[in-house]
Amino acid sequence: MAQQEPQAVERELTMSRAMVEAIAHEMREDDEVFYMGEDVADYGGIFDSTEGLREEFGYDRVMDVPISETAYLGAAVGAAQAGMRPIAELMFVDFFGVAMDQIYNQMAKNTYMSGGSVSVPMVLTTAVGGTYNDAAQHSQTLYGTFAHLPGMKVVVPSTAYDAKGLMHNAIRDDDPVVYMFHKRLMGIGWMPAPDGPKTPVPDEPYTVPFGSADVKREGTDVTVVTLGLHVHRALEAAETLAEDGIDVEVIDLRTLVPLDTETVLESIGETGRLVVVDEDYRSFGVTGEIVASAAEERLADLEAVERVAVPDVPLPYARPMEDEVIPDAEDIEAAVRRTRE
Amino acid sequence: MFEDMVTARYYEERLQEEYLEGKQPAFDISAGPIPGELHLAAGHEAAAAGVCRHLRDDDTVTAPHRPHHVAIAKGVDLKRMTAEIFGRQTGLSGGKGGHMHLFDPDVNFACSGIIAEGCPPAVGAGLAAKKRNEDSVAVAVLGEGAISQGAFLESLNLAAVQELPVVFVIEDNDWAISMPKDRITDVEDGSRRADGFGMPGVRVDYDDATAVYDAAKDAIGRARADNGPTLMEVQVHRRMGHFMGDPQSYRPDADTEAAQERDSIERLADDLRAAGVSDDDIEAIRERAHDRVDEAIEWAKDQPEPEPADAHEDVFVNPPSGVTTDEPNHELAESEGDD
Repeated sequence: MAQQEPQAVERELTMSRAMVEAIAHEMREDDEVFYMGEDVADYGGIFDSTEGLREEFGYDRVMDVPISETAYLGAAVGAAQAGMRPIAELMFVDFFGVAMDQIYNQMAKNTYMSGGSVSVPMVLTTAVGGTYNDAAQHSQTLYGTFAHLPGMKVVVPSTAYDAKGLMHNAIRDDDPVVYMFHKRLMGIGWMPAPDGPKTPVPDEPYTVPFGSADVKREGTDVTVVTLGLHVHRALEAAETLAEDGIDVEVIDLRTLVPLDTETVLESIGETGRLVVVDEDYRSFGVTGEIVASAAEERLADLEAVERVAVPDVPLPYARPMEDEVIPDAEDIEAAVRRTRE
Repeated sequence: MFEDMVTARYYEERLQEEYLEGKQPAFDISAGPIPGELHLAAGHEAAAAGVCRHLRDDDTVTAPHRPHHVAIAKGVDLKRMTAEIFGRQTGLSGGKGGHMHLFDPDVNFACSGIIAEGCPPAVGAGLAAKKRNEDSVAVAVLGEGAISQGAFLESLNLAAVQELPVVFVIEDNDWAISMPKDRITDVEDGSRRADGFGMPGVRVDYDDATAVYDAAKDAIGRARADNGPTLMEVQVHRRMGHFMGDPQSYRPDADTEAAQERDSIERLADDLRAAGVSDDDIEAIRERAHDRVDEAIEWAKDQPEPEPADAHEDVFVNPPSGVTTDEPNHELAESEGDD
């Protein structure tokens, strides 16, 4: 196994502290690593994604930039092609539209179009997720959008441990990596996190390999496949279901590109029942992809399949409507029960 | 103008009170009667009031994520706007949009939470007016942080080459969240960007509503007379953080204090007095504005929340059959709301 087994540690970090620890380590090791984005230096990142980095590394390596995503994300592509290792932050993933051309026509395609003669070793970090009533332009996850377009590796941590290991890997990777962190998991004061993302985190650097889904809870009756915030909602549902004797396995995909279908298929082989949970839109997304892979490879094993995702509506502002469309633990619980009817 | 400014300031003071309810002692952004982010415009009132005074209902305004003062000056329905901010069913957008996404087609007002993204639709409104030989104009309001965005620069160019009736109004409050203006541009006078596009540029150095009014009169008059676009920059001041809950640790205290000492509303009140308006008349305007705001907030808080199933409506005006899986009964929802 490529992953270095962590030592038993007592120290717990929030997900944002764990991310920043990995970034700081890589910046100390390699002068070519730098971070740029809006409000990342003096503010420390709106979601604490760069808290304290400017104090250690200064403005040259932690760069605040004007509000100009096309320019600075494209500049990250250019710097990466020149051999540096930029990390560029898109404050909210919803803002991707402002600069998508630089992301999907350059960052993601230049390696291919150059016949492999050019590499783009950059990380695009971005905040995702709703659950705080900020409406349709600030609440999307868009996992499927980035995973759908070829050429980008796509990372979605759900715990501090994974966040650190995946970040080390992302910065060291010679390909462009989109690192999507859920605001509700970061451990920021004004947006309380659920129990779960704050985990023990070793001091030393370690990597979590891309394409290695993690079984966050073992179970024999139903396989729940999910990612990001919904790992914690699925675990909550699993605890409730356990009281009724339903033993749920919860698989955290951790990366969408590459996708670890093997772990999913193995689990389906044991349980025969699949529930896929996603905070992204239902159509043409993660749920469809996982179910399709399962159908292709393990059709005979599948006794029941359920999808739990945001119905195909933009995220509404008012609380009753946002609660309606973003799946919660009860929605997951109900879907699991339906697979057993 | 004075009434618009007083209304906007008091409106935001009241919103701030309501917003903080339930979010204390520990600030939790998703708690309390007003959810989500809230960006207040205290210190920006003069720009909106001075410009919108020249506008009619059929003129279009696109505002940024800090929209309330512009909406009030443009004549957006205050009660329904407030209900929207409280996330209520009778809000302008039925609770779907919230404070950054207010739409009032009756007065052609819209805003967006994406920086500079109101500029292209304003160009489009100007284009429509020109194609139809109408004399309506469009105004795009944006912050000085938005002037680095492609959407803004591309819009200036398109409006210029097509000679469209559009006025771009930059509200320069010196801060783009944590970034002071001198770190986002080497051109101190933002109106000079007009030079690069062959259109007139004008800057109002201090947030003096009368000076804004005069400058806007020229710009909007030019647009209405089919003489093309203008870029205006108005120096305003930011009395608070970027959003409610912003600790502003990046900002020197002296800067915040200086902003709070400047007050375009008191300045205009002094001007009014100097022009012979009595203190009683000024006080009467304030009282009228406060009453209107209090009434709107009370009304909004009384409004029903949306039904959860309302979330599935409005994705399309003309929904393809089979698209909505959970068809809400809107009549039922409304009648319940009236109870």
